[in-house]
Amino acid sequence: MKSVIEYFKGIYNGIKSLLVGMSVTGGYFIKPGTTLTQQYPDNRDTLVMFERFKGEVVMPHNEKNEHKCTGCGICEINCPNGTIEVISATEVTEEGKKKRIIDKHIYHLGMCTFCGLCVKTCPSQALAFSQEFEHAVFDRTKLTKVLNQPGSKLMKGVE
Amino acid sequence: MEVKEKKVGLENEEYIINMGPQHPSTHGVLRLVVALKGEIVQRVEPHIGYIHRGIEKMCENLTYQQIIHLTDRMDYLSAHINNEAVCLAVENALEIEVPERVKYIRTIMSELTRIQSHQLFWATFGMDLGGLTCFFYGLRDREKILDIFEESCGGRMIVSYNTPGGLMNDIHPNFQNRVKEFLKYFRGVIHEYDDLLTGNVIFQERSKGMGVMTLEQAIAWGLTGPTGRASGFSCDIRKHNPYSAYDKVTFREILYTEGDVFHRYLARMEEMRESMNIIDQLIDNIPEGPYTAKMKPVIKLPEGEYFQSVETARGELGVYIVSDGNKNPFRVKFRSPNFVNLAPLNLMASGSKIADLVAIGGSLDLIIPDIDR
Repeated sequence: MKSVIEYFKGIYNGIKSLLVGMSVTGGYFIKPGTTLTQQYPDNRDTLVMFERFKGEVVMPHNEKNEHKCTGCGICEINCPNGTIEVISATEVTEEGKKKRIIDKHIYHLGMCTFCGLCVKTCPSQALAFSQEFEHAVFDRTKLTKVLNQPGSKLMKGVE
Repeated sequence: MEVKEKKVGLENEEYIINMGPQHPSTHGVLRLVVALKGEIVQRVEPHIGYIHRGIEKMCENLTYQQIIHLTDRMDYLSAHINNEAVCLAVENALEIEVPERVKYIRTIMSELTRIQSHQLFWATFGMDLGGLTCFFYGLRDREKILDIFEESCGGRMIVSYNTPGGLMNDIHPNFQNRVKEFLKYFRGVIHEYDDLLTGNVIFQERSKGMGVMTLEQAIAWGLTGPTGRASGFSCDIRKHNPYSAYDKVTFREILYTEGDVFHRYLARMEEMRESMNIIDQLIDNIPEGPYTAKMKPVIKLPEGEYFQSVETARGELGVYIVSDGNKNPFRVKFRSPNFVNLAPLNLMASGSKIADLVAIGGSLDLIIPDIDR
Protein backbone atom coordinates (compact mmCIF):
# COMPACT_ATOMS: atom_id res chain seq x y z
CA MET A 1 0.00 0.00 0.00
CA LYS A 2 2.81 2.33 0.95
CA SER A 3 4.60 1.77 -2.35
CA VAL A 4 1.44 2.62 -4.27
CA ILE A 5 1.18 5.96 -2.44
CA GLU A 6 4.87 6.61 -3.11
CA TYR A 7 4.31 5.81 -6.78
CA PHE A 8 1.49 8.32 -7.22
CA LYS A 9 3.33 10.86 -5.09
CA GLY A 10 6.26 10.54 -7.46
CA ILE A 11 4.07 11.15 -10.48
CA TYR A 12 2.44 14.14 -8.81
CA ASN A 13 5.75 15.71 -7.80
CA GLY A 14 7.24 15.04 -11.21
CA ILE A 15 4.41 16.75 -13.08
CA LYS A 16 4.46 19.61 -10.58
CA SER A 17 8.18 20.19 -11.11
CA LEU A 18 7.69 20.27 -14.88
CA LEU A 19 4.86 22.79 -14.54
CA VAL A 20 6.98 25.01 -12.27
CA GLY A 21 9.68 25.07 -14.94
CA MET A 22 7.16 25.76 -17.68
CA SER A 23 5.69 28.65 -15.71
CA VAL A 24 9.06 30.44 -15.93
CA THR A 25 9.26 30.18 -19.69
CA GLY A 26 5.53 30.78 -20.07
CA GLY A 27 5.83 33.93 -17.97
CA TYR A 28 8.41 35.37 -20.35
CA PHE A 29 6.36 34.27 -23.33
CA ILE A 30 3.45 36.50 -22.33
CA LYS A 31 5.71 39.40 -21.29
CA PRO A 32 7.35 40.50 -24.54
CA GLY A 33 8.73 43.66 -22.88
CA THR A 34 11.45 41.62 -21.21
CA THR A 35 13.19 40.52 -24.42
CA LEU A 36 16.81 41.52 -24.64
CA THR A 37 17.85 40.61 -28.16
CA GLN A 38 19.85 43.27 -29.97
CA GLN A 39 19.13 43.52 -33.69
CA TYR A 40 22.83 43.73 -34.36
CA PRO A 41 23.56 44.61 -37.98
CA ASP A 42 20.49 46.87 -38.06
CA ASN A 43 21.36 48.80 -34.91
CA ARG A 44 24.85 49.84 -36.01
CA ASP A 45 23.95 53.53 -35.98
CA THR A 46 22.85 53.52 -32.37
CA LEU A 47 25.30 50.92 -31.07
CA VAL A 48 27.73 52.52 -28.60
CA MET A 49 30.69 50.52 -27.31
CA PHE A 50 32.25 51.22 -23.92
CA GLU A 51 34.98 53.80 -24.07
CA ARG A 52 37.62 51.41 -22.72
CA PHE A 53 36.74 48.62 -25.15
CA LYS A 54 39.92 47.26 -26.72
CA GLY A 55 39.02 47.21 -30.40
CA GLU A 56 42.28 47.94 -32.19
CA VAL A 57 45.37 50.04 -31.57
CA VAL A 58 45.32 53.46 -33.21
CA MET A 59 47.53 56.51 -33.10
CA PRO A 60 45.39 59.60 -32.55
CA HIS A 61 46.28 62.57 -34.75
CA ASN A 62 45.18 66.14 -34.14
CA GLU A 63 43.67 68.45 -36.74
CA LYS A 64 47.15 69.60 -37.91
CA ASN A 65 48.04 65.98 -38.75
CA GLU A 66 50.38 65.68 -35.79
CA HIS A 67 50.91 62.67 -33.54
CA LYS A 68 52.78 62.10 -30.30
CA CYS A 69 54.96 59.13 -31.27
CA THR A 70 58.68 59.79 -30.82
CA GLY A 71 59.75 56.43 -32.21
CA CYS A 72 61.35 55.22 -28.96
CA GLY A 73 60.22 51.63 -29.60
CA ILE A 74 59.04 50.87 -26.06
CA CYS A 75 55.74 49.52 -27.43
CA GLU A 76 57.69 47.19 -29.72
CA ILE A 77 59.74 45.84 -26.79
CA ASN A 78 56.69 45.36 -24.58
CA CYS A 79 54.56 43.61 -27.19
CA PRO A 80 54.50 39.89 -26.39
CA ASN A 81 53.97 38.64 -29.96
CA GLY A 82 55.76 41.03 -32.28
CA THR A 83 52.60 42.81 -33.33
CA ILE A 84 54.26 46.22 -33.55
CA GLU A 85 57.21 47.21 -35.71
CA VAL A 86 58.61 50.73 -35.41
CA ILE A 87 60.71 51.76 -38.40
CA SER A 88 62.52 54.95 -37.48
CA ALA A 89 64.43 57.47 -39.55
CA THR A 90 66.70 60.35 -38.64
CA GLU A 91 65.88 63.97 -39.28
CA VAL A 92 68.11 67.00 -39.05
CA THR A 93 66.44 69.67 -36.94
CA GLU A 94 66.69 73.43 -37.46
CA GLU A 95 69.54 73.65 -34.94
CA GLY A 96 71.50 71.12 -36.97
CA LYS A 97 70.99 68.25 -34.50
CA LYS A 98 70.16 64.73 -35.56
CA LYS A 99 66.84 63.53 -34.21
CA ARG A 100 65.03 60.19 -34.40
CA ILE A 101 61.55 60.26 -35.87
CA ILE A 102 59.24 57.50 -36.99
CA ASP A 103 59.08 56.55 -40.59
CA LYS A 104 56.44 53.84 -40.24
CA HIS A 105 54.62 52.50 -37.19
CA ILE A 106 53.42 49.11 -38.43
CA TYR A 107 50.68 47.26 -36.58
CA HIS A 108 49.77 43.65 -37.42
CA LEU A 109 46.17 43.38 -36.29
CA GLY A 110 46.08 39.67 -37.08
CA MET A 111 48.73 38.96 -34.44
CA CYS A 112 47.41 41.27 -31.74
CA THR A 113 46.10 39.70 -28.53
CA PHE A 114 44.78 42.99 -27.08
CA CYS A 115 46.76 42.74 -23.85
CA GLY A 116 47.04 46.54 -23.74
CA LEU A 117 50.72 46.68 -22.78
CA CYS A 118 51.71 48.97 -25.68
CA VAL A 119 49.06 51.54 -24.79
CA LYS A 120 49.83 51.37 -21.08
CA THR A 121 53.62 51.63 -21.36
CA CYS A 122 53.84 54.35 -24.03
CA PRO A 123 55.71 57.22 -22.34
CA SER A 124 54.05 59.91 -24.46
CA GLN A 125 50.52 58.44 -24.69
CA ALA A 126 50.79 58.23 -28.45
CA LEU A 127 48.73 55.06 -28.75
CA ALA A 128 45.11 54.42 -27.87
CA PHE A 129 42.44 51.80 -28.38
CA SER A 130 39.59 52.49 -30.75
CA GLN A 131 36.16 50.95 -30.34
CA GLU A 132 36.12 49.50 -33.85
CA PHE A 133 35.34 45.79 -33.64
CA GLU A 134 34.35 44.72 -37.16
CA HIS A 135 37.74 43.46 -38.26
CA ALA A 136 36.73 40.84 -40.80
CA VAL A 137 38.39 41.26 -44.21
CA PHE A 138 38.76 39.02 -47.24
CA ASP A 139 42.47 39.66 -47.72
CA ARG A 140 44.92 39.00 -44.90
CA THR A 141 47.33 41.71 -46.01
CA LYS A 142 44.71 44.31 -45.10
CA LEU A 143 45.28 43.44 -41.45
CA THR A 144 48.75 45.00 -41.54
CA LYS A 145 48.25 48.67 -40.88
CA VAL A 146 50.49 51.73 -40.79
CA LEU A 147 49.35 53.77 -37.83
CA ASN A 148 50.99 57.13 -38.59
CA GLN A 149 49.19 58.98 -41.34
CA PRO A 150 51.20 60.00 -44.43
CA GLY A 151 52.85 63.39 -44.00
CA SER A 152 52.21 63.50 -40.27
CA LYS A 153 54.63 65.11 -37.88
CA LEU A 154 55.55 64.92 -34.23
CA MET A 155 53.45 67.18 -32.05
CA LYS A 156 55.35 70.13 -30.64
CA GLY A 157 56.43 69.81 -27.03
CA VAL A 158 56.54 66.00 -27.06
CA GLU A 159 59.99 64.60 -26.38
CA MET B 1 29.46 -18.41 -55.74
CA GLU B 2 29.14 -19.41 -52.20
CA VAL B 3 28.60 -16.61 -49.74
CA LYS B 4 30.36 -17.18 -46.49
CA GLU B 5 28.38 -16.40 -43.44
CA LYS B 6 29.77 -13.34 -41.70
CA LYS B 7 30.91 -13.82 -38.19
CA VAL B 8 28.80 -11.80 -35.81
CA GLY B 9 30.74 -10.19 -32.96
CA LEU B 10 30.86 -12.21 -29.83
CA GLU B 11 28.53 -11.19 -27.10
CA ASN B 12 31.25 -10.12 -24.69
CA GLU B 13 33.26 -8.20 -27.22
CA GLU B 14 33.82 -4.51 -26.56
CA TYR B 15 32.72 -1.82 -28.91
CA ILE B 16 35.06 1.19 -29.03
CA ILE B 17 33.85 4.62 -30.09
CA ASN B 18 35.37 8.06 -30.14
CA MET B 19 33.51 10.83 -28.38
CA GLY B 20 35.01 14.03 -29.63
CA PRO B 21 37.24 15.87 -30.43
CA GLN B 22 34.31 17.61 -32.14
CA HIS B 23 31.46 16.67 -29.87
CA PRO B 24 29.04 19.28 -28.52
CA SER B 25 29.05 17.92 -25.00
CA THR B 26 32.82 17.87 -24.52
CA HIS B 27 32.87 21.70 -24.60
CA GLY B 28 36.03 21.82 -26.66
CA VAL B 29 38.47 19.54 -28.34
CA LEU B 30 38.55 16.70 -25.84
CA ARG B 31 38.58 13.18 -27.26
CA LEU B 32 37.20 10.41 -25.11
CA VAL B 33 37.82 6.86 -26.30
CA VAL B 34 34.93 4.95 -24.80
CA ALA B 35 34.82 1.17 -24.59
CA LEU B 36 31.21 -0.01 -24.54
CA LYS B 37 29.51 -3.26 -23.89
CA GLY B 38 26.02 -2.68 -25.17
CA GLU B 39 25.12 0.62 -23.59
CA ILE B 40 27.31 0.23 -20.54
CA VAL B 41 30.59 2.12 -20.42
CA GLN B 42 33.45 -0.25 -19.67
CA ARG B 43 36.22 2.32 -19.55
CA VAL B 44 36.91 5.85 -20.68
CA GLU B 45 40.26 7.01 -21.88
CA PRO B 46 40.66 10.78 -22.34
CA HIS B 47 43.02 11.79 -25.13
CA ILE B 48 44.21 15.34 -24.68
CA GLY B 49 46.56 17.65 -26.50
CA TYR B 50 44.40 18.95 -29.35
CA ILE B 51 44.70 22.55 -28.19
CA HIS B 52 48.16 22.41 -26.68
CA ARG B 53 49.88 25.72 -27.30
CA GLY B 54 52.90 25.35 -25.06
CA ILE B 55 51.98 28.23 -22.78
CA GLU B 56 54.40 27.12 -20.06
CA LYS B 57 57.28 27.05 -22.53
CA MET B 58 56.25 30.36 -24.12
CA CYS B 59 56.37 31.98 -20.69
CA GLU B 60 60.10 31.34 -20.53
CA ASN B 61 60.67 33.87 -23.30
CA LEU B 62 58.35 36.56 -21.97
CA THR B 63 58.66 39.11 -19.22
CA TYR B 64 56.46 38.87 -16.15
CA GLN B 65 54.05 41.52 -17.43
CA GLN B 66 53.68 39.68 -20.72
CA ILE B 67 52.89 36.33 -19.09
CA ILE B 68 49.59 37.74 -17.85
CA HIS B 69 47.95 37.79 -21.26
CA LEU B 70 48.75 34.10 -21.82
CA THR B 71 47.08 33.04 -18.58
CA ASP B 72 43.85 34.57 -19.87
CA ARG B 73 43.88 31.91 -22.52
CA MET B 74 44.18 28.89 -20.26
CA ASP B 75 40.92 28.81 -18.35
CA TYR B 76 39.13 31.48 -20.29
CA LEU B 77 36.13 31.49 -17.95
CA SER B 78 38.29 32.32 -14.93
CA ALA B 79 40.61 34.65 -16.83
CA HIS B 80 40.70 37.21 -14.08
CA ILE B 81 41.61 34.72 -11.38
CA ASN B 82 44.39 33.23 -13.50
CA ASN B 83 45.87 36.71 -13.95
CA GLU B 84 45.69 37.25 -10.23
CA ALA B 85 47.59 34.02 -9.53
CA VAL B 86 50.61 35.10 -11.56
CA CYS B 87 50.49 38.62 -10.14
CA LEU B 88 50.38 37.34 -6.57
CA ALA B 89 53.30 35.01 -7.23
CA VAL B 90 55.39 37.87 -8.64
CA GLU B 91 54.39 40.25 -5.83
CA ASN B 92 55.25 37.67 -3.17
CA ALA B 93 58.61 37.10 -4.78
CA LEU B 94 59.38 40.81 -4.83
CA GLU B 95 57.87 41.25 -1.34
CA ILE B 96 55.69 44.12 -2.51
CA GLU B 97 52.60 45.14 -0.57
CA VAL B 98 49.91 46.13 -3.06
CA PRO B 99 47.48 48.92 -2.07
CA GLU B 100 44.31 47.94 -0.22
CA ARG B 101 42.22 49.28 -3.09
CA VAL B 102 43.81 46.82 -5.48
CA LYS B 103 43.08 43.91 -3.13
CA TYR B 104 39.43 44.85 -2.84
CA ILE B 105 38.95 45.34 -6.57
CA ARG B 106 40.71 42.08 -7.37
CA THR B 107 38.48 40.20 -4.95
CA ILE B 108 35.29 41.71 -6.34
CA MET B 109 36.38 40.99 -9.90
CA SER B 110 37.32 37.42 -9.00
CA GLU B 111 33.94 36.77 -7.46
CA LEU B 112 32.17 38.26 -10.48
CA THR B 113 34.28 35.95 -12.63
CA ARG B 114 33.22 33.01 -10.50
CA ILE B 115 29.55 33.91 -10.83
CA GLN B 116 29.71 34.24 -14.61
CA SER B 117 31.62 30.98 -14.90
CA HIS B 118 29.00 29.13 -12.87
CA GLN B 119 26.24 30.77 -14.87
CA LEU B 120 27.77 29.37 -18.04
CA PHE B 121 28.17 26.01 -16.31
CA TRP B 122 24.47 26.04 -15.46
CA ALA B 123 23.58 27.02 -19.01
CA THR B 124 25.66 24.34 -20.71
CA PHE B 125 24.98 21.63 -18.17
CA GLY B 126 21.27 22.06 -18.69
CA MET B 127 21.88 21.87 -22.43
CA ASP B 128 23.95 18.68 -22.08
CA LEU B 129 21.08 17.03 -20.27
CA GLY B 130 18.48 18.11 -22.79
CA GLY B 131 17.16 21.36 -21.35
CA LEU B 132 17.99 23.87 -24.06
CA THR B 133 16.03 26.63 -22.32
CA CYS B 134 18.68 26.91 -19.62
CA PHE B 135 21.22 28.03 -22.16
CA PHE B 136 19.31 31.22 -22.97
CA TYR B 137 18.62 32.11 -19.36
CA GLY B 138 22.20 31.50 -18.28
CA LEU B 139 23.69 33.60 -21.05
CA ARG B 140 21.15 36.38 -20.50
CA ASP B 141 22.38 36.95 -16.95
CA ARG B 142 26.02 36.38 -17.79
CA GLU B 143 25.84 39.19 -20.32
CA LYS B 144 25.35 41.68 -17.50
CA ILE B 145 28.62 40.67 -15.84
CA LEU B 146 30.46 40.75 -19.14
CA ASP B 147 29.24 44.31 -19.58
CA ILE B 148 30.73 45.22 -16.20
CA PHE B 149 34.04 43.71 -17.29
CA GLU B 150 33.93 45.46 -20.62
CA GLU B 151 33.36 48.84 -19.02
CA SER B 152 36.22 48.60 -16.53
CA CYS B 153 38.74 46.25 -18.15
CA GLY B 154 38.13 46.75 -21.85
CA GLY B 155 37.60 43.07 -22.56
CA ARG B 156 34.72 40.72 -22.03
CA MET B 157 36.37 37.36 -21.47
CA ILE B 158 40.04 38.04 -22.15
CA VAL B 159 40.32 40.82 -19.61
CA SER B 160 44.08 41.16 -18.88
CA TYR B 161 43.14 43.51 -16.06
CA ASN B 162 45.75 42.55 -13.47
CA THR B 163 49.37 43.44 -13.79
CA PRO B 164 52.18 42.69 -11.32
CA GLY B 165 51.81 45.38 -8.67
CA GLY B 166 48.22 46.37 -9.29
CA LEU B 167 45.71 46.87 -12.06
CA MET B 168 45.95 48.08 -15.65
CA ASN B 169 43.63 51.00 -14.95
CA ASP B 170 41.30 52.17 -12.23
CA ILE B 171 37.73 50.95 -12.04
CA HIS B 172 35.21 52.85 -14.10
CA PRO B 173 33.17 55.43 -12.14
CA ASN B 174 30.02 53.42 -12.93
CA PHE B 175 31.50 50.21 -11.60
CA GLN B 176 30.02 50.18 -8.11
CA ASN B 177 26.54 51.15 -9.25
CA ARG B 178 26.55 48.56 -11.99
CA VAL B 179 27.67 45.79 -9.66
CA LYS B 180 24.98 46.70 -7.12
CA GLU B 181 22.42 46.80 -9.90
CA PHE B 182 23.52 43.38 -11.06
CA LEU B 183 23.35 41.88 -7.57
CA LYS B 184 19.86 43.20 -7.11
CA TYR B 185 18.82 41.87 -10.49
CA PHE B 186 20.45 38.47 -10.07
CA ARG B 187 19.01 37.90 -6.60
CA GLY B 188 15.62 38.42 -8.22
CA VAL B 189 16.09 35.87 -10.99
CA ILE B 190 18.24 33.15 -9.43
CA HIS B 191 15.09 31.34 -8.29
CA GLU B 192 14.37 30.75 -11.98
CA TYR B 193 17.48 28.58 -12.13
CA ASP B 194 16.08 26.34 -9.43
CA ASP B 195 12.59 26.32 -10.94
CA LEU B 196 13.85 25.43 -14.39
CA LEU B 197 16.46 22.82 -13.61
CA THR B 198 17.19 21.98 -9.99
CA GLY B 199 13.70 20.85 -9.13
CA ASN B 200 13.03 19.24 -12.50
CA VAL B 201 12.21 15.57 -12.12
CA ILE B 202 13.97 14.49 -15.30
CA PHE B 203 17.12 16.33 -14.32
CA GLN B 204 17.13 14.86 -10.83
CA GLU B 205 16.61 11.35 -12.11
CA ARG B 206 19.53 11.73 -14.47
CA SER B 207 21.93 13.30 -12.00
CA LYS B 208 21.31 11.80 -8.57
CA GLY B 209 23.64 8.96 -7.68
CA MET B 210 25.68 9.27 -10.89
CA GLY B 211 29.47 9.31 -10.96
CA VAL B 212 29.93 9.12 -7.20
CA MET B 213 33.31 10.05 -5.76
CA THR B 214 33.76 9.30 -2.09
CA LEU B 215 35.79 11.58 0.16
CA GLU B 216 38.76 9.19 0.14
CA GLN B 217 38.70 8.97 -3.65
CA ALA B 218 38.38 12.73 -4.02
CA ILE B 219 41.43 13.31 -1.83
CA ALA B 220 43.39 10.52 -3.49
CA TRP B 221 42.74 11.93 -6.96
CA GLY B 222 43.30 15.52 -5.86
CA LEU B 223 39.91 16.87 -6.86
CA THR B 224 39.50 20.52 -5.98
CA GLY B 225 36.91 23.21 -6.45
CA PRO B 226 33.18 22.50 -6.37
CA THR B 227 33.92 19.01 -7.73
CA GLY B 228 35.97 18.13 -4.66
CA ARG B 229 33.76 19.98 -2.20
CA ALA B 230 30.71 18.03 -3.36
CA SER B 231 32.50 14.95 -2.00
CA GLY B 232 33.14 16.67 1.31
CA PHE B 233 36.77 17.59 0.70
CA SER B 234 37.32 20.96 2.34
CA CYS B 235 39.73 22.47 -0.18
CA ASP B 236 38.77 26.12 -0.57
CA ILE B 237 42.00 28.10 -0.90
CA ARG B 238 40.05 31.28 -0.15
CA LYS B 239 39.29 29.85 3.29
CA HIS B 240 42.44 27.92 4.13
CA ASN B 241 45.08 30.20 2.68
CA PRO B 242 43.42 33.57 2.10
CA TYR B 243 44.89 35.92 -0.46
CA SER B 244 43.83 39.44 -1.57
CA ALA B 245 40.87 40.58 0.56
CA TYR B 246 39.44 37.17 1.41
CA ASP B 247 40.65 37.45 5.01
CA LYS B 248 38.39 40.48 5.46
CA VAL B 249 35.14 38.80 4.46
CA THR B 250 33.06 36.09 6.04
CA PHE B 251 31.65 33.41 3.81
CA ARG B 252 30.62 29.81 3.94
CA GLU B 253 32.50 26.99 2.29
CA ILE B 254 29.95 24.88 0.46
CA LEU B 255 30.39 21.24 1.44
CA TYR B 256 28.32 18.19 0.59
CA THR B 257 29.04 14.58 1.32
CA GLU B 258 27.26 12.77 -1.51
CA GLY B 259 29.77 13.49 -4.25
CA ASP B 260 27.45 12.71 -7.16
CA VAL B 261 26.62 14.74 -10.25
CA PHE B 262 23.66 16.43 -8.60
CA HIS B 263 25.67 17.68 -5.64
CA ARG B 264 28.47 18.97 -7.83
CA TYR B 265 25.79 20.98 -9.55
CA LEU B 266 24.30 22.13 -6.23
CA ALA B 267 27.74 23.17 -4.94
CA ARG B 268 28.09 25.55 -7.89
CA MET B 269 24.61 26.96 -7.42
CA GLU B 270 25.31 27.69 -3.76
CA GLU B 271 28.69 29.19 -4.61
CA MET B 272 26.99 31.77 -6.78
CA ARG B 273 24.97 32.88 -3.76
CA GLU B 274 28.06 32.95 -1.54
CA SER B 275 29.95 34.98 -4.14
CA MET B 276 27.16 37.55 -4.10
CA ASN B 277 27.50 37.76 -0.30
CA ILE B 278 31.24 38.34 -0.61
CA ILE B 279 30.73 41.15 -3.13
CA ASP B 280 28.08 42.68 -0.85
CA GLN B 281 30.59 42.98 1.96
CA LEU B 282 33.23 44.65 -0.21
CA ILE B 283 31.50 46.80 -2.80
CA ASP B 284 30.71 49.74 -0.51
CA ASN B 285 34.06 49.73 1.28
CA ILE B 286 36.54 49.99 -1.58
CA PRO B 287 39.25 52.18 0.00
CA GLU B 288 40.59 55.21 -1.81
CA GLY B 289 44.14 55.14 -3.02
CA PRO B 290 46.35 54.33 -5.98
CA TYR B 291 45.37 51.50 -8.26
CA THR B 292 48.89 50.22 -8.63
CA ALA B 293 51.99 49.94 -6.50
CA LYS B 294 55.17 51.59 -7.75
CA MET B 295 56.93 49.08 -9.95
CA LYS B 296 60.11 49.16 -11.99
CA PRO B 297 59.50 48.96 -15.73
CA VAL B 298 61.60 45.77 -15.93
CA ILE B 299 60.70 43.25 -13.26
CA LYS B 300 63.47 40.89 -12.21
CA LEU B 301 62.63 38.32 -9.59
CA PRO B 302 65.37 37.34 -7.16
CA GLU B 303 66.79 33.87 -7.71
CA GLY B 304 64.59 31.18 -6.23
CA GLU B 305 61.36 29.24 -6.48
CA TYR B 306 57.95 30.74 -5.88
CA PHE B 307 54.55 29.18 -5.59
CA GLN B 308 51.11 30.70 -5.29
CA SER B 309 47.78 28.96 -5.43
CA VAL B 310 44.37 30.56 -5.90
CA GLU B 311 40.84 29.26 -6.08
CA THR B 312 39.47 29.54 -9.60
CA ALA B 313 35.89 28.69 -10.49
CA ARG B 314 37.00 25.10 -11.09
CA GLY B 315 39.48 24.44 -8.34
CA GLU B 316 42.98 25.14 -7.23
CA LEU B 317 45.25 26.84 -9.72
CA GLY B 318 48.89 26.74 -8.69
CA VAL B 319 51.57 28.90 -10.27
CA TYR B 320 55.12 27.74 -9.77
CA ILE B 321 57.87 30.06 -10.96
CA VAL B 322 61.59 29.32 -10.96
CA SER B 323 63.67 32.42 -11.44
CA ASP B 324 67.37 32.68 -12.19
CA GLY B 325 67.41 36.44 -11.63
CA ASN B 326 66.71 37.46 -15.23
CA LYS B 327 63.73 39.37 -16.54
CA ASN B 328 62.30 36.14 -17.92
CA PRO B 329 61.34 33.22 -15.70
CA PHE B 330 63.56 30.15 -15.93
CA ARG B 331 60.59 27.79 -15.69
CA VAL B 332 56.86 28.23 -15.17
CA LYS B 333 54.48 25.45 -14.23
CA PHE B 334 50.73 25.78 -13.85
CA ARG B 335 48.88 23.27 -11.75
CA SER B 336 45.60 23.53 -13.55
CA PRO B 337 42.43 22.30 -11.85
CA ASN B 338 40.84 20.86 -14.98
CA PHE B 339 43.67 18.48 -15.78
CA VAL B 340 43.43 16.97 -12.32
CA ASN B 341 39.63 16.90 -12.32
CA LEU B 342 39.57 15.07 -15.65
CA ALA B 343 41.81 12.24 -14.42
CA PRO B 344 39.21 10.24 -12.44
CA LEU B 345 36.65 10.31 -15.27
CA ASN B 346 37.25 6.61 -15.94
CA LEU B 347 36.61 5.79 -12.30
CA MET B 348 33.40 7.83 -12.23
CA ALA B 349 31.94 6.75 -15.54
CA SER B 350 32.78 3.06 -15.88
CA GLY B 351 29.71 0.98 -15.21
CA SER B 352 27.26 3.71 -16.09
CA LYS B 353 25.34 4.21 -19.32
CA ILE B 354 26.81 6.20 -22.19
CA ALA B 355 24.22 8.97 -21.76
CA ASP B 356 25.37 9.35 -18.17
CA LEU B 357 28.91 9.88 -19.36
CA VAL B 358 27.71 13.18 -20.81
CA ALA B 359 26.21 14.14 -17.45
CA ILE B 360 29.35 13.16 -15.54
CA GLY B 361 31.64 14.98 -17.95
CA GLY B 362 29.42 18.04 -17.81
CA SER B 363 29.38 18.08 -14.03
CA LEU B 364 33.19 18.34 -13.95
CA ASP B 365 32.80 21.65 -15.83
CA LEU B 366 35.89 21.07 -17.95
CA ILE B 367 37.63 23.80 -19.88
CA ILE B 368 39.82 22.07 -22.43
CA PRO B 369 42.40 24.85 -23.08
CA ASP B 370 43.21 24.69 -19.37
CA ILE B 371 43.88 20.94 -19.60
CA ASP B 372 46.27 21.27 -22.51
CA ARG B 373 47.68 24.74 -21.86
